[in-house]
Amino acid sequence: MTLDELSRSLGKASEAVLENEVGGDAEERRKLLATMRSRIDEMRDSIRRGLASKEPSRTGMVGWNARTLHEAADPLNSPLLKRVQEYAMAVNEENARMGRIVAAPTAGSAGTVPGALLGVADHLGIPDDELVMPLVLAAGVAQVISKSMFIAGATGGCQAEIGSSAAMAAAAITELLGGSARASVHAAAQALMNTIGLVCDPVGGYVEVPCVSRNAFYAVHAVSAAQLALAGVESFIPPDEVIYAMASVGRMLPPELRETGEGGVADTPTGRRVALKMAGG
Amino acid sequence: MGLLDQIGPVMVGPSSSHTAGACRLALLARHALGGTPSRARLVLHGSFAKTAKGHGTDLALAGGLLGFVPDDPRLRNAFDHAEDAGLELEFVTADLGDIHPNSVRLELTGANEESVSVLGSSLGAGFVRVTQVNGFDVHVSGAYHTLLVLHTDRPGVIARVAGVVADDDGNIATAFSARQKRGGHAMMSVEIDKPLAAYATRYLAELPYIHWLRLLPEVMRGAEERVTDTADPPVSANWGDGSEVQQ
Repeated sequence: MTLDELSRSLGKASEAVLENEVGGDAEERRKLLATMRSRIDEMRDSIRRGLASKEPSRTGMVGWNARTLHEAADPLNSPLLKRVQEYAMAVNEENARMGRIVAAPTAGSAGTVPGALLGVADHLGIPDDELVMPLVLAAGVAQVISKSMFIAGATGGCQAEIGSSAAMAAAAITELLGGSARASVHAAAQALMNTIGLVCDPVGGYVEVPCVSRNAFYAVHAVSAAQLALAGVESFIPPDEVIYAMASVGRMLPPELRETGEGGVADTPTGRRVALKMAGG
Repeated sequence: MGLLDQIGPVMVGPSSSHTAGACRLALLARHALGGTPSRARLVLHGSFAKTAKGHGTDLALAGGLLGFVPDDPRLRNAFDHAEDAGLELEFVTADLGDIHPNSVRLELTGANEESVSVLGSSLGAGFVRVTQVNGFDVHVSGAYHTLLVLHTDRPGVIARVAGVVADDDGNIATAFSARQKRGGHAMMSVEIDKPLAAYATRYLAELPYIHWLRLLPEVMRGAEERVTDTADPPVSANWGDGSEVQQ
């Protein structure tokens, strides 16, 4: 399946994704939807644990950010933005503490989809049962992307991980809020196009800095993409061409910027100090 | 790759490739040995060697050897559990050659001094591939139930194994076989859609020219369809002396 095919689905894009996966097998369909439903519960559980804890991660670089934001006032008067960021960081701080999370599509980018999708749903009072099909679409978007490139920071940089997660979330939110298949696909394309070039530079090789705050930023990014798509704003570059562009940029990235912890913020005096300290202890 | 591999797996953090994938490789190795090892030497290569500690790869490998699945909270304290289980762990780093950057060789010894060596790679997003068992090339993805058979390279052995799988109504997804030399030992890895019935594995083990076999579980399943961890080996014939089967 391509994004173009998905955008031309007659019904909902998620229905086309599901049909592509299980065909007409009613039992497989039921099982898949039940499992997807249980993954929403798992996401909720990780958010709850993340928001309740200030326990530092193994390095001590993160662990209190989600709770700190949760306890803070809302000077911007933007409860949606705040909620989305809280949820995203809660999941990734749980991840950094070796807590239980749902990889979506990876563990390092696990906060974006629940942050954006559950954040929007809670803001608008939409029940979890209505999130199942949008989540199927999110998984379908990842499937399409993974045909063109490995969804791993080590091969494509952070754009491959967080870009994919933002595209997944953007498509899901768009469908949730009544957008067409075409609008959902364009939301994914906008999210991807505006993530191209993002490098993977984890300090000390740990999935903490910049990963935790990055999930907060790109969960909001996904909401922005959905907002444009729901208004009918489309990506000028066709969605499948955007994926190829991202894959091509991934191949151009030097190894230092692909999850080796040797470039970017990992290669700052502070980043190097953390790496040295952790290697010694 | 299925939809549930994209929104999933449910796992203990922090990395799908370096934690969940490592755990799955160790689970497969544990089943290749046929139970909990008493000694394990883990040879880490590439990115696994560089960032194992940061990603909990060491804990995930230890946990997998104990039969823990990727979402098991005990992974966090896997070293304590290893000590309780009498599992001695040794981590070393080495350049294992021109292979995937996330690779590990698990050299395991069991309570009765039986041993196995498993080479595997974590491909990203939790996907894995075992590429060698005891020096023989194999193809194991963990997405299916896998039958590993060490046999003598003779006409008809592969056909007989395939026949038994068929008689058990098993559908072969992938099959791979490689031999040391003509008429020498050979290893086949057969990925099957469902686990082979116990009577079928017992029968296979009785066949002439078959020296050893193991059933490895499907490890790609999520928390909802948990891997049933059978610690005891289905059957065990002898490897002969260890040197005979090493390439």
